[in-house]
Parts: sequence; structure tokens; C-alpha cells
Amino acid sequence: MAFLEARGIVKRFANHLALDKVDIDVPENSIYGLLGPNGAGKTTLIRIINRITGPDEGTLTLDGHPFKATDIKKIGYLPEERGLYKKMKVGEQAIYLARLKGMSRSDALKKLKYWFEKFEIQPWWDKKVEELSKGMAQKVQFIVTILHEPSLLIFDEPFSGFDPINATLLKEEILDLKKKGATIIFSTHNMSSVEEICDHISLINNGKTMIEGPTHKVRLDYRENLINLDFSGDQNKVENILKEKFHLQSIRPVNNHISAQVKMNEEQSLNQVLSSVIDHCSIHSCQELLPSMNDVFIQVVNQQKQPTQKS
Amino acid sequence: MSKISLIIEREYLTRVKKKSFIIMSILGPILFAALMVVPAWLATLEDDEVKTIAVLDQTGLYAGQIEDTDILKFEFLSEDSEDRVRKDFDKSGYYAYLVISDNLLENPNAITLYSDSQITIDAKDHVKRSLRDHLKNQKLNSYQVDGLENIVNELNQVNIDISTVKIGQDGTEKQSSTELTMIISIAFAFLSYMFIFIYGAQVMRGVMEEKTSRIVEVIISSVKPFQLMMGKIIGIAMVALTQILLWVVLTILIVTGVKSVFFSDSPMPGQAQNQIEMMGNQEAAQQMAAMEEGFNFDKVMEMVKSLEPIKTLLLFIFYFFGGYLLYAALFAAVGSAIDHESDQQQFMLPITIPIIISLYVAMMTFRNPGSEVAFWFSMVPFTSPIVMMARIPFDVPLWELMLSMALLIGGFIFTTWFAGKIYRTGILMYGKKVDYKELWKWFRYSGD
Repeated sequence: MAFLEARGIVKRFANHLALDKVDIDVPENSIYGLLGPNGAGKTTLIRIINRITGPDEGTLTLDGHPFKATDIKKIGYLPEERGLYKKMKVGEQAIYLARLKGMSRSDALKKLKYWFEKFEIQPWWDKKVEELSKGMAQKVQFIVTILHEPSLLIFDEPFSGFDPINATLLKEEILDLKKKGATIIFSTHNMSSVEEICDHISLINNGKTMIEGPTHKVRLDYRENLINLDFSGDQNKVENILKEKFHLQSIRPVNNHISAQVKMNEEQSLNQVLSSVIDHCSIHSCQELLPSMNDVFIQVVNQQKQPTQKS
Repeated sequence: MSKISLIIEREYLTRVKKKSFIIMSILGPILFAALMVVPAWLATLEDDEVKTIAVLDQTGLYAGQIEDTDILKFEFLSEDSEDRVRKDFDKSGYYAYLVISDNLLENPNAITLYSDSQITIDAKDHVKRSLRDHLKNQKLNSYQVDGLENIVNELNQVNIDISTVKIGQDGTEKQSSTELTMIISIAFAFLSYMFIFIYGAQVMRGVMEEKTSRIVEVIISSVKPFQLMMGKIIGIAMVALTQILLWVVLTILIVTGVKSVFFSDSPMPGQAQNQIEMMGNQEAAQQMAAMEEGFNFDKVMEMVKSLEPIKTLLLFIFYFFGGYLLYAALFAAVGSAIDHESDQQQFMLPITIPIIISLYVAMMTFRNPGSEVAFWFSMVPFTSPIVMMARIPFDVPLWELMLSMALLIGGFIFTTWFAGKIYRTGILMYGKKVDYKELWKWFRYSGD
């Protein structure tokens, strides 16, 4: 049973269809990557989940019951377009935003103290936001998002504006939140971070769900039977064998060995490749190459642009 | 605590704590008090140094005809001292010297006042008035008619003093003062006008601040856009109310404080009269005296009472807030639609035009509060907050008041609903050049 279920979500704007019957199933206690090019409809979907706008059609189910207005308390949302009141003091503002989420002042104060110390920003409590650096303000926003311990967290491009050190810190916090039981929806263009932390993904393009599923399975689905073979020995001999039986994409010396990339057809397997060359060289390693999320993304989006081409 | 009251609290506190608010709250009453106190204070500063003016009367006709006053003394010198005064004027100790070289009845230009400093207008007018009276009498005497002087005196006494009495619907008569009513009417209309503009613009800037600083999406994931908009509008209304209250209380405190310190021993009316007399305008002095007679405290109170202060005040508060709410929502919609302050022009126009027209109509209303134009403009919700305020001191029939108030309530419900629909979409639109077509599209989006 998915923690958050969206069925047939449709959202129309004056002259275009932003979401066209989108379904998503976010499993409980997972990190769910919501991917798609700019203008695909991700932000619209996120806004519908946050009840900022309503869908024209479709239903949302949270934790087994129809989504209702009071559920908003269970959600923490870090929007892509995020900011703070520039003239307000950091601490005062954090308390205000926490109280808007329904926390009491004393509760908010206690938890803010913990997080400000953890992120080492307690000296900024009485500073105005306009005095903060961008990364610092992002930390404050992150704290405010998770402070009320929501069971569903939505991060829209969370890493934009962070330096590598802070991005790593943030990534660890997100994984930690998952460990504590939260379900996380994660929207980003940064594909390497998707491979690293997302359990599930959904790729939306032009208002439609293109792919949905566990990250590893998606990559398997899009594999191209490509293997990488590292060996040392007679390059010409091996090259001739591989060229004859398989489709050799590239072969070149790397450091103290030779690296070959071989594409197999549907009937062939890794074993066949190995057995054909095993007597002619010494094999260092051999593995199947899975496409990166970046490759999957580009392939899916381009496919849609040219619908005649078949994969 | 409900979310909307949290928003109101923030909007109110951040504004009231601002330095500019505190400065305005202190500076405003000082300015108002200065407007009331400074003229009177200046009158007390009137230098009371006695000035002596030498009169060199070459004709010998006017000896002793210029009266001395408290601060002006006239010395009529014989002809032989003329050279001495002229040559050693700065050593002579005179403030000025007056030369009369011919019969003034035949040659009115034959009189000149010399001084090494700028001669005060009071001194000049005093000389002119004294001599004119003397010449008038001379002329009268030259007609050689018995008792002519008495006749002229009696003619000068003729005067009428119209008191205006307003007849109430129940037939009671009330003393009314057209002037006082007009002043109050102008003040009310202008106050409404000012506050709608000042605080309406604050609403707009507040919305823009939230939009440009990108905090709005964070907030509306916790509260509804409509709650955010109303919280801001109400919060700022309370700031306006605080400002008005502070101004009224502080102004009263300052004026009474300053009065008791500076004017405890010199009664003001006497001062004022002196001043007028010194200016040499007899008619003005007479008027002033007449006003003083009629302007005793009881009479003023009577007139103020005739304006029903409590009813007027309640109506003022109603129309002020009605007008503010009606326009504040529209200002909020404009703020939500634009990304930069410079884009506001095209959307501000349709809002400012009715406000400015209201002020023009209000100006006409002072002269003719019962006119048809005044009636219609005091019914239309977009202009009634200002125009009706101008009419209220002149007694408006109950049914007109009720109708106008009902229309205003309907009006602000309509604008708030209308603006809310634009606001809700506008605050989430970044970097889009917006025109009226776009606004109309937002208005028609099906909502939550």
C-alpha cells in the first residue's frame, strides 16, 4: 500500500493541459524522485499535493484515506522558489513559520534550538535575513521545513544554492529523515543525486507519466546489453574475436590494461563473451553497464520528441 | 491561535516596530501641534522694543495727528533739526523718520518713511491709518454740514450678523456654523483620501515583498492564499488605526502641554486682537471682535454638539474602513500581479482614478452637499468613502446613509472576492509580463 497515491490527476490551465491523468504511488518510508524537464508539470503536481491548487480531476490518498485539508500539517514543503522575509530576524521568522504549521511557540523554540546548534547557525538567531548568505538562508529554510516532523516531505530542487560541503550535509540529513521513518518526495534535475538516494522514481514529461518504478529496475529496463571488459594480453586477437561474434563499440588501452565495450544482441549473454576470450587474455574484470539516470532521462525525453523512433 | 490571527499579528508587529512608524508617530503630532501653536507663539515673540520715529512735517499741518502706540512713539521735530536727523541718522537713536513735504489731501504722494532697516508693515500701516482718519475728518469738515460727523459714524455702525440655524426633522432648532461644518467636512474627506492611499500602497508593497522574496509559496503551503491576503489587509488596517489614535492623543497632549507652559499668563485672544489692530485693518479688527463675541466656548460646544460627534465618529470609522477594505484588496491584487515596482503603473491607474475623482467631487460637496452629483457619488462604493464623509457634517437623510453603507459593504465583498481570485494565481507567477488579458485569465481559473 502506497503512502501517497495519486490517481488520474488532471490540471488544465487556460490554454494548456499541465497534467494529463498522472498516477503516482509513493511507497511509505522511501525517497521518491520526481523527474522531468522544465515545464513538465512537476511543480504543478507538487502544488496539488500541497493543496496550494486543486486538481480538475483525480484523487489523492494519503496513508490509506482520502486527502483532506488538515493533512497539510503532516507535510513539510521546501519549494523551488523559496525565500524568507528579508527584514525579519532569523529566529523570530523561524518561530512564525513553525507556528503557521500549527506548532506551539515553546515547542518550536525547543526544536529550533536543537537544529540551529546542529547546523551551527545559532549565532545568526538575532540577525536579519538580509545579512545571511544564500547557503545560510537555505539552511534556515530546510530547518523550517522539517521542524514540525512531518511524515511526508517534499523537496523541490533542494540542492540549488548549496556548496558541495553543505549539499553533502543536506543529503545526509535527508537520508537520516528517511531512517527516522519519513516519506520523501524529491524533485530535481541533478541525476547523479537521484541515483544515489532515490529508491523510486517517476519521470514526467508534457504532463504525462513516462516511467515509474524502483530506480534500479528503471535502469535495468533501459539497459542496452552493454558490457565492459578489462583485460591484458594481445589486443588485436581479442579485438578480432569480439568484432566477429559481437558488436564491439570501443577498445582502448587504459593505464596498464585494455578496456573494451561490447554490445550483445538479445540472445547473447555475458558468459558467452567471457568464454570466447578467456583463452586469449587475462581478464581483470567484466561487468554489465547499466545506463545512468541521466541517459534514461535524455532517452525518454528525446523519444517523446520523435515519437516515430522505437526503442 | 488560528492562522489568520498569527498573520495579522506578524503584519501588525513588524510594521509598528519599524523605525519609520515610530518616527512618523512622533513627528506627525509635533507637526500638527506646531500648526496650531506656532502662530500663537510667534505672536508672543512680537518684539516689544519701543521704536521711536521722527516726524519732519514741513507743512506743519499734521502735528500730533499720529497717535503713539505701545511700541511706536512719534516725535514731531521742528524744521531746524531736520538736517541733524538726516545726516546722523544712525547716531540719532530713531528707528525711522517720516517726511511730509506737502498737503496730503492735494498730493497724497508727499509722504516718505526713511530707515536704515526694513520698515515693518505694522509701522507703515499705523502711520497710514492715523493720517487717513485725520484726512477723512478734515474732508468731512470741509463740507461744512452740521452733524455730518455723526451721520458718518452712524453709517459705520451699520452691520448685520447672520446666524444660521439648522432645523432638525423633529422641528428642533440647532445653532449651526457653516464654517465649522465645512472645515470638518474637508478634514474628513481628506483624511479618508490620504489613508486609503497610504495604507493601500502599504498592502501592495507587502504583497510584492512576499512575492519577490519568494516566501509566499512557503507560507501558502501552510495557509490559504485568501487567509494570507486578508491577514495582511486587516493587520495593516490595525496599524492605520494605531497611527490615527497615536496622532490624536499625542497632538492633544502636546497642544495642551505647550499651552499651559507658554500661554498661562497671557490670554491668547487679546494677543490676537492686538496683532490684528496693529496690522491696521480696522474692518478685520471689527470682524475679529465680532467673532470673539460669537465664538465663546459654550457656543462652539453647542455647534460641535449639533454635529453629533459620536454618530459622526462612528460613521467616519465605518467609511474609512469600508473604503480601505474595498481598495486594499485591489491593491493586493496589483501587488500579486507584478514582479517589479516599475510595472505597477498600468494597473494602478484604474484604482487611483476613482479615488482622485472622489476627492474632486468631495471638494464640490462642501459648497452644495445636497446636489445630485454629490448624491450619486456618495452611493457608488468606489467613491462613497470619501464623498459621503464630506456630506455627513451637513446631515444626510437616514435612508441615503443606509443605502450607501449597504452598497459599500457589498462593494468591498465584491472587490475582495474578485481580487482574491487574481491574487491566488498572481502570487505564484514569477517572471511573467502581465497584462489585463492575463489578469482576466487568472480570474477565470477554476479554483480550489
